Amino acid sequence: MSDRLPGFSTLAVHAGAQPDPTTGARATPIYQTTSFVFNDADHAASLFGLQAFGNIYTRIGNPTNAVLEERVAALEGGTAALAVASGHAAQVVVLQQLMQPGDEFIAARKLYGGSINQFTHAFKSFGWNVVWADPDDVASFERAVTPRTKAIFIESIANPAGSITDIEAISTVARKAGVPLIVDNTLASPYLIRPIDHGADIVVHSLTKFLGGHGNSLGGIIVDAGTFDWSTGGKYPMLSEPRPEYHGIRLQETFGNFAFAIACRVLGLRDLGPALSPFNAFMILTGIETLPLRMQKQCDNAKAIAEFLAGHPAVASVSYAGLASDKYNQLARKYAPKGAGAVFTFSLKGGYDAGVNLVSKLQLFSHLANVGDTRSLVIHPASTTHSQLDDAAKVKSGAGPDVVRLSIGIEDKEDLIADLEQALGA
Amino acid sequence: MNHDAYPDNYIRGILNSVKSIAMVGASPVNVRPSYFAFKYLAQRGYDMIPVNPGHVGKELLGKPFIASLSDIGRPIDMIDIFRNSSHIMPVVEEALTLDPLPKVIWMQLGARDDLAAAKAESVGIKVVMNRCPKIEYGRLSSEISWMGVNSRTLSSKRAPAPTQGMRLSLNRMSVGGGDTAASDRAAKNKTEQS
Ligand SMILES: Cc1ncc(COP(=O)(O)O)c(C=O)c1O
Repeated sequence: MSDRLPGFSTLAVHAGAQPDPTTGARATPIYQTTSFVFNDADHAASLFGLQAFGNIYTRIGNPTNAVLEERVAALEGGTAALAVASGHAAQVVVLQQLMQPGDEFIAARKLYGGSINQFTHAFKSFGWNVVWADPDDVASFERAVTPRTKAIFIESIANPAGSITDIEAISTVARKAGVPLIVDNTLASPYLIRPIDHGADIVVHSLTKFLGGHGNSLGGIIVDAGTFDWSTGGKYPMLSEPRPEYHGIRLQETFGNFAFAIACRVLGLRDLGPALSPFNAFMILTGIETLPLRMQKQCDNAKAIAEFLAGHPAVASVSYAGLASDKYNQLARKYAPKGAGAVFTFSLKGGYDAGVNLVSKLQLFSHLANVGDTRSLVIHPASTTHSQLDDAAKVKSGAGPDVVRLSIGIEDKEDLIADLEQALGA
Repeated sequence: MNHDAYPDNYIRGILNSVKSIAMVGASPVNVRPSYFAFKYLAQRGYDMIPVNPGHVGKELLGKPFIASLSDIGRPIDMIDIFRNSSHIMPVVEEALTLDPLPKVIWMQLGARDDLAAAKAESVGIKVVMNRCPKIEYGRLSSEISWMGVNSRTLSSKRAPAPTQGMRLSLNRMSVGGGDTAASDRAAKNKTEQS
């Protein structure tokens, strides 16, 4: 047996999957079942007590989902992962392991609008207090740290404008504060950026986007980097203290460097319930097999389209980190040398009305609230994904009224450019 | 041996070759990690011997507790130490008085004593520190994949479905070996700080 590290594309096809032990099926079967029989009473007790590896009930784990979990953990360079029903579910489950009522976490102000909403309103009702910081000003994270801070949350490539976050600089702040750094890697995917290599302790994804990649299935995932020491100072009792749910087991002591993923499964998913359907896991797994091919093409297309838009007279500005002139180009070269992603924004000289007009004239781009599809997508964030925010917050998060967001697909770039040209022209 | 990151072949070689394992610090309490590991390794066909002076007269899953390594009275292949780092040295010193010597001394997740390791290695004993044999067996056989854990192994071969008491093949292709790079780095930093 050789110890060599296979490349990313090999892992994207193989990691976590092997022929089905019973039938020899080579594609991962969809284990569409709620429950799994026990061999005997002792086996059942061992499984329920977390003593044996195996399956109990699909809300806790499922063999199809497990393949997806191992695959994403391998692609991200993590020790383990847990798949859940959506990206938003992943965020709730992660923070439930870290936060007690009255605790704080620091989040980058530039985030997916739905995350800003979730943190501001839903989490407030749990007594989890978000404190905002500016990802372009690392010192603002440092200033936000208090004794109640339990985590820092950022996006690697931020929705909607595709800005790049200095993960290493913010991970230094997290390390100094003694809290884990959580990185939402949805817009980059591990093909472009592996946040764990830059100091992330936990990675979350909306699998709904580039990983699934075909706009057909919702899903989310949590990856444990295995880097954070949860045992210090009783700050994270879900991991360090005896758990009454499991007759006094201490998760960190028992599961070592994948204890966080286990906590998310047995204390989060089990009790909160956002299980991923095995059918969705199958669809997303199939998508991941072509992630490297799709992502590269989408980045290459996005760069060509951003260049086209930057030269168009109706366009006021383009925000794409892959452009040499962009504010984030230096960070893009460092963190995402293969491409700066496929989601970006531009603003029109004609303002809000021109944006609405453009969207209505496009024939290939679909007007909808998603990103990371094989199809090219367009949206006006100010009136949709970011509509809950007030005007100042819209501008701060990169979704001002004149801004249009594109998510570039895998079509031929000439056709996409022609579509934009006709829609901008008249 | 570099004890910050073990090649998979080193761990695989140990788990494929040892048959008897004396577990020092084995606990009869069924939520303790030592109990989990003892039960799992027994189910995977290892000849398990619980060593704990506090429980002599009792049994662990049908095996009588033995007071100390010297009381076992027969050759053992591996000693698995479920004690804190500060209690490792006396156990290793006792192990070195055994005749024949054990082939492997394994220290549990969280336990590390580099001096004790060097002593054992100087007489040809293989040493593993800060790892759990249950996790490593589950990882190399990919049985641990049921829990979404990154086994860091690949195989295009069809493996039989695991049943009670069955030995599993550990001979899968390794992905880099050892732990993930990031978790290895974190463990190393922690060791250096303490
Ligand atoms: C960056 C980012 N994070 C999280 C989410 C939420 O994911 P989901 O819709 O799967 O809950 C989204 C969805 O748009 C997103 O773009």
